[in-house]
Amino acid sequence: SFFGLVSQGAEIDIVLDGQESRKTAELKLEDGRKERLPLYYDGETVSGKVNILVKKSGTKLEHQGIKIEFVGQIDLYFDRGNRHEFVSMVRELARPGILTQGVCYGFEFVNVEKPYESYSGANVRLRCYLRVTVVKRLSDLVKEQDICVHTLAQYPDLNSSIKMEVGIEDCLHIEFEYNKSKYHLKDVIVGKIFFLLVRIKIRHMEVQIIRRELAGSGPAALNESETLAKFEIMDGAPVRGESIPIRLFLSGYDLTPSMRDVNKKFSVKYYLNLVLVDEEERRYFKQQEVTLFRRAEKRRRPIANSYIEQAIFHHRTAQFGQQQQPTTRAQQQQPQATPPLTTPEDAAAAALSPGRHGDANNSAADSPELESGSTHVSPALPAARSAPGIKDVLGEDDDDNY
Amino acid sequence: MSTSTQSAASIQRLQHKRQTLEDAYSPPANFLEIDVCNPETHGVNKDRYTDYEVRMRTNLPVFRLKESSVRRRYSEFEWLRGELERDSKIVVPKLPGKALRLQLPFRGGGDGRFDDEFIEERRRGLEDFINKVAGHPLAQNEKCLHMFLQEQTVDRGYVPGKVRTT
Repeated sequence: SFFGLVSQGAEIDIVLDGQESRKTAELKLEDGRKERLPLYYDGETVSGKVNILVKKSGTKLEHQGIKIEFVGQIDLYFDRGNRHEFVSMVRELARPGILTQGVCYGFEFVNVEKPYESYSGANVRLRCYLRVTVVKRLSDLVKEQDICVHTLAQYPDLNSSIKMEVGIEDCLHIEFEYNKSKYHLKDVIVGKIFFLLVRIKIRHMEVQIIRRELAGSGPAALNESETLAKFEIMDGAPVRGESIPIRLFLSGYDLTPSMRDVNKKFSVKYYLNLVLVDEEERRYFKQQEVTLFRRAEKRRRPIANSYIEQAIFHHRTAQFGQQQQPTTRAQQQQPQATPPLTTPEDAAAAALSPGRHGDANNSAADSPELESGSTHVSPALPAARSAPGIKDVLGEDDDDNY
Repeated sequence: MSTSTQSAASIQRLQHKRQTLEDAYSPPANFLEIDVCNPETHGVNKDRYTDYEVRMRTNLPVFRLKESSVRRRYSEFEWLRGELERDSKIVVPKLPGKALRLQLPFRGGGDGRFDDEFIEERRRGLEDFINKVAGHPLAQNEKCLHMFLQEQTVDRGYVPGKVRTT
């Protein structure tokens, strides 16, 4: 990419080794454009060449030194200037001197640690890049080259299914089940919805995939929800005893692995949202967190590329010696308790909460949701009138607010 | 391409209980029908008013009567809306218009708010309103709704409260 193109005197070009055969991945830039970047894994060596071309032949480029850095950093958009570098390595390419013609330097960051996956989100961005700096007296010449990092996780040993009975007392009781709690990015969600009590007029039911990004911490933390997929699983009115199957292929959607407290700066969580809509457009929903992880490709490319083989070797060795990698942490995550009815988008619809035989994990004590074990409780619908921006439950349905 | 590495077994439907014939063929548990019909104008000249029959058929256990028929006028719908706005946590749908302009004297042509067209439009709006409200799980808890639908007269001096224990 032509990041930070130099102004006068010289043109800097970073060429990575093996770029022709290296896999690439798409990543969104800050301005929304998508960029294809070379893909690296943790422990892989990042090496290549830096070409510096003096523009007008005959001119002299005097400099105070040339260096290349490998940087991994987290940018919090809303806090301009808040950039946190979690990896920073530097190699000196040249001592102070004078360039009169083109020159080429090789560089190698051997087995450099890349503990976190590249992520480009609504309020936060994690990027890894190389930066070449030609130090000059007045203003430096800088060239950056981004790479994309993927973190791989092993298939978890423990992957229990999610099964829960939820509902609104005396109106709607359902039991939902998802076959796993941890899914890899090309997995299939297999599940079913069983109707125990249907006293409302349901018109259709859908499953949504929601990504929630939490950036920053404390009072300044920003929570951003995005509905990535809406998948209708039922059209029409069910009655008691009916089972509706779910089969949702994740490879069709733009998903990332779940990220938990990355460098204590941000988290990315995924939720399956089951939504039932009745004849009057009222929405009843149940959100359930699922863990997504990136599995290593089972098939190896027929072209035996030494860099890729090295990467897998280094990745495995990197996993052994280290204590608590983010990837292994992702495997040990348990499915979270139901998030309470707090956000404006949530509050506008009825949250289905655990029934009597439901999941004991649910920490519903403080939320407007129903307590498990209660007999006659009114459903948690919002005091929506006074708050601006909250959907009218009985009125128009605005999907995007969800 | 990864689906080729997935066996048919891994995406097989989950086991489910077969629905009993009784469940499959019983009447649905969500039967609720409310009609607002038969508008009648009572009284003469200035003291006229129109009321409507509110007829309800249901099998929901929360309603005491499975069939009821009462007569209600517009101001009683307004009363119900006000009670629900105050006591329940729902956003109550709008009623059809009040027709204040039509009540001014000398409005050219027609009978104003006793005009057949106006009454029909209002009847439709009231029917939409009451169906939306009565089907709402939270509204079904309110005493005012039950009184409105199933008592012969609306007692505005009633004690507001919930039908089901909260």
